[in-house]
Amino acid sequence: MWKNSVDYLIYDLFGMSGRFADALHFFIYDTIKIWFLLLLIIYVVSFLRTYFNTEYVRDYLQGKSKLTGNVLAALFGVITPFCSCSAIPLFLGFMQARIPKGVTFSFLISSPMNNEIAIALLFSLFGWKIALLYITFGLLTAIIGGYAIGEIGRDEDILILVVPSNCCGNTELVKDSLHVKSIEAWNNTWDIYKKIYLYVLLGVGVGALFHGYIPADFVAKYTGEGNPFSVLIAVLMGVPMYASAAAMMPLVEVLTSKGMLLGTALSFMMAVTALSLPEAMILKKILHVRLIGMFFGIVGLGIVVVGYVFNAIL
Amino acid sequence: MKIEVLGTGCAKCKALEELVKKAVAKKGIFAQVEKVEDITKIMEYGVMNTPGLVVNGIVKSTGKLLNEEEIIALLD
Repeated sequence: MWKNSVDYLIYDLFGMSGRFADALHFFIYDTIKIWFLLLLIIYVVSFLRTYFNTEYVRDYLQGKSKLTGNVLAALFGVITPFCSCSAIPLFLGFMQARIPKGVTFSFLISSPMNNEIAIALLFSLFGWKIALLYITFGLLTAIIGGYAIGEIGRDEDILILVVPSNCCGNTELVKDSLHVKSIEAWNNTWDIYKKIYLYVLLGVGVGALFHGYIPADFVAKYTGEGNPFSVLIAVLMGVPMYASAAAMMPLVEVLTSKGMLLGTALSFMMAVTALSLPEAMILKKILHVRLIGMFFGIVGLGIVVVGYVFNAIL
Repeated sequence: MKIEVLGTGCAKCKALEELVKKAVAKKGIFAQVEKVEDITKIMEYGVMNTPGLVVNGIVKSTGKLLNEEEIIALLD
């Protein structure tokens, strides 16, 4: 329906045709569609999140056995908010509650990877099937990665001494009413939207140019089946990109429509969200470089494997 | 009354501190407002989502940037 209105606007009302018209059509159609879906999905996720805070997750994970803990931590990572500035209190809080470090890492991997922006963008650009596949493989990476780090990581590499304790002072949190929760979710949604809408515009704009002008065989040659290293390169490129995830995804969507393999695209997006240099710098305050290196190495490897598996089956 | 704002330096934490000071002034009560940036002290309260608001040693809110009315309500 929305597509028809844009069709009418560009081709009939303005009477345009040719490559530029196609690019403009794509730009208007995509931008508005993505903005709308972003607001909708981020709102839904934000609203669900008002029911789960990290303290609740910590209490729940306390005393769970290893593998169960990893699975639950990864699942909770999807619905709890995460920003790299809260990585340290989170890590220490989990340690304090005697949650094994492998389980903590599962959460630390899953939470940023399955964040609302990534899910919303994937859903609006690629559809629910791809979004679901992304979440599933993201969870698997978090579970296996966290478990592996728990097994081979050394406790000495955690540089701060955490005293385990059961109680944590007095807490009297006010229970919010549904009305307050919905307002809070909207405020959160708007905060996120304000941060990313321009990036999305930029991404879709450049994507629109790509769409109209870059030949498909060129893209396929470098990012498709013609290049066996594409997944590896995509992951390496994804690590330094963090804030620009909102701009990168519309571009990736265009590239996939031009022949970039989907596994390569998914790996790239996982690398953008799960492995961020700012987070590594923050974690350096409490973790030895060895452990952070292991974290990046294992997750990076997991993402590369996901990419190749995807490319092989899809 | 002792009010502590827990936060390691995120933008929301600074904003909450300002709002708490305003709320105290508006309410016209005598209160000591302190910003707690030491991570071990924050952990002692068991707070993982900053900013946190602590009134007389009791955690009242975590991970939220409250507005002025909400803060005033918590100071009762």
